[in-house]
Amino acid sequence: MVNPLSSHNHVDLPTVDGLDEPVSWSTVPSDAITFDDAAVELGGRTIWSHGSFSLPTGEFVGLIGPNGAGKTTLLRVLLGQIRPSHGQVRVLGAPARRGNRAVGYVPQHRTMELDLAVRAFDFVMLGLTGHRWGFGRTSATERRAVAEALAAVDATNLAEEPVGVLSGGEQQRLRIAQALVTQPQLLLLDEPLASLDLRSRHEIVDLVDRIRRERRVTVLFVTHDLNLFLGVLDRVVYLLDCRPVAASLEEVVRPDILSRLYRAQVRIVRTTDGQRFITGV
Amino acid sequence: MTPTIFAGPSWNLVADLQTILSYGFMRNGFVAGTVIAVMAGIVGYFVVLRRLAFASEALAHSGFAGATGAVVLGVDVFLGLVAFVCTAGVVMGLLGERLRGRDVAVGATLTFALALGSFFLSVSSKLAGQATNILFGNILAISPVDVWYVAIFALVTLTVLAFTYRPLLFASLDPEIAAARGVPVHLLGVAFMVLLGIAIAASVEVVGVLLIFALLILPAATAQHLTARAGRAIGLSVAVGVLCVWIGLLAGFYAPYPPSFFITTFAFLVYLGARTLTPGVGSTRRHSARANSPCDL
Repeated sequence: MVNPLSSHNHVDLPTVDGLDEPVSWSTVPSDAITFDDAAVELGGRTIWSHGSFSLPTGEFVGLIGPNGAGKTTLLRVLLGQIRPSHGQVRVLGAPARRGNRAVGYVPQHRTMELDLAVRAFDFVMLGLTGHRWGFGRTSATERRAVAEALAAVDATNLAEEPVGVLSGGEQQRLRIAQALVTQPQLLLLDEPLASLDLRSRHEIVDLVDRIRRERRVTVLFVTHDLNLFLGVLDRVVYLLDCRPVAASLEEVVRPDILSRLYRAQVRIVRTTDGQRFITGV
Repeated sequence: MTPTIFAGPSWNLVADLQTILSYGFMRNGFVAGTVIAVMAGIVGYFVVLRRLAFASEALAHSGFAGATGAVVLGVDVFLGLVAFVCTAGVVMGLLGERLRGRDVAVGATLTFALALGSFFLSVSSKLAGQATNILFGNILAISPVDVWYVAIFALVTLTVLAFTYRPLLFASLDPEIAAARGVPVHLLGVAFMVLLGIAIAASVEVVGVLLIFALLILPAATAQHLTARAGRAIGLSVAVGVLCVWIGLLAGFYAPYPPSFFITTFAFLVYLGARTLTPGVGSTRRHSARANSPCDL
């Protein structure tokens, strides 16, 4: 699948004025993420190494690999929370750094408890102001940005609700809104579909894909279930034998590769209407 | 007519207040109690949000050893409490995630602290009169110098909270996202334990180590049941706490029973009333969801 947006490096998008670090769109490099012989060590143990690949701007990329292979570690490197022990990792044209407002992050789904009394609107607002010290009210521009982010995930009607009473899928939409509110150019999602029902999973995948197209955002999505993504992924990064590798979807969706990846016998079945389906035996 | 402490109120509000405030210990209790209720109400909001209610209980109990130890050493009880509870809080904060699900370890430590307190009780004759005040508090026994200590510590606590308010809220709700946004989540967690230690030590002056829930948790939990807006919840939490303390002071002035009994009872009744008489935040959504249930015929 060819992404029509990946060749566009200079796109004119409205910037949100009044935000303390306006994002400069004219400097968007052609590659959103670049790994150059990168390796990571945690506690003296190598998690993965020899990572050399680039992910073009605007693509929908899946990140797959067995439990404990270092998928979350890879996201934390991109977030600047872990420094590569070897090589270089560049995010949006610069070395990965902490607190980069151009990078949005949605962590693994964890249900917020029922009695958590915080309004959805305020929850999303924290994505914009939560890092800010000192007192001071939020500005009209900031409130508008939050309203826009809520609208982008179809959650305008949830604004006044306490997050604790919302369903898992609704809570996840709010986390995506919270990640979108700074107008990021890169969206990192760490298994946001876990414990969601099938319909909510499809809704979240479709939502993220729509946001990617409308906002020219690069998406890196950690998942265990490729089936949901066969129609949307441009590329896959897989962690195999302690090494992150980028490949096209077609290179990865093969029984031999997937069987090695999941350390289980994997087959690819075609339904009568031509749809592929990945299944374990 | 010169009313004694045990004379009933005249129900002339101005005259009664004049009578009450003509006593130095009542003025001390009024000023310190109000300041402490404000501080506990605000800190308590984050305690409930961060699920630290049990940890607060443990810290307060460990304060028994701190307070009795201070008496044995001849140090100011309040300062001894602050030092001991804050240290215990920082240790708890540093252990952080590793403490999650370690209820038994926390319980064991607080039991040991209580036992240590009982040991200090037995070795010091000075403690006999103070033990009850440490366990159940006595707002009428707050010394003038403690009023100053409480005021200074409250000022520091509230200034720090005003400065860290938003990042602390962010880190309390979702530490992973906050960390990704550059919030120093771990440092904030430890710093909050120091503020919690101060709030607990101050609350012990009013309700003692055993009734800490009354001032620190119940007003904040009541407020969070009633509103999902942070600003309103904090304001409501403070209002409930201050009202509890004032009622305790007045009742304790006229009735021959300890003020902490009235404070705790009132805080409990307000909490119980809010939980049983009001549907709570998000109830409209829960109800409307039920009304539209596909299982309805």
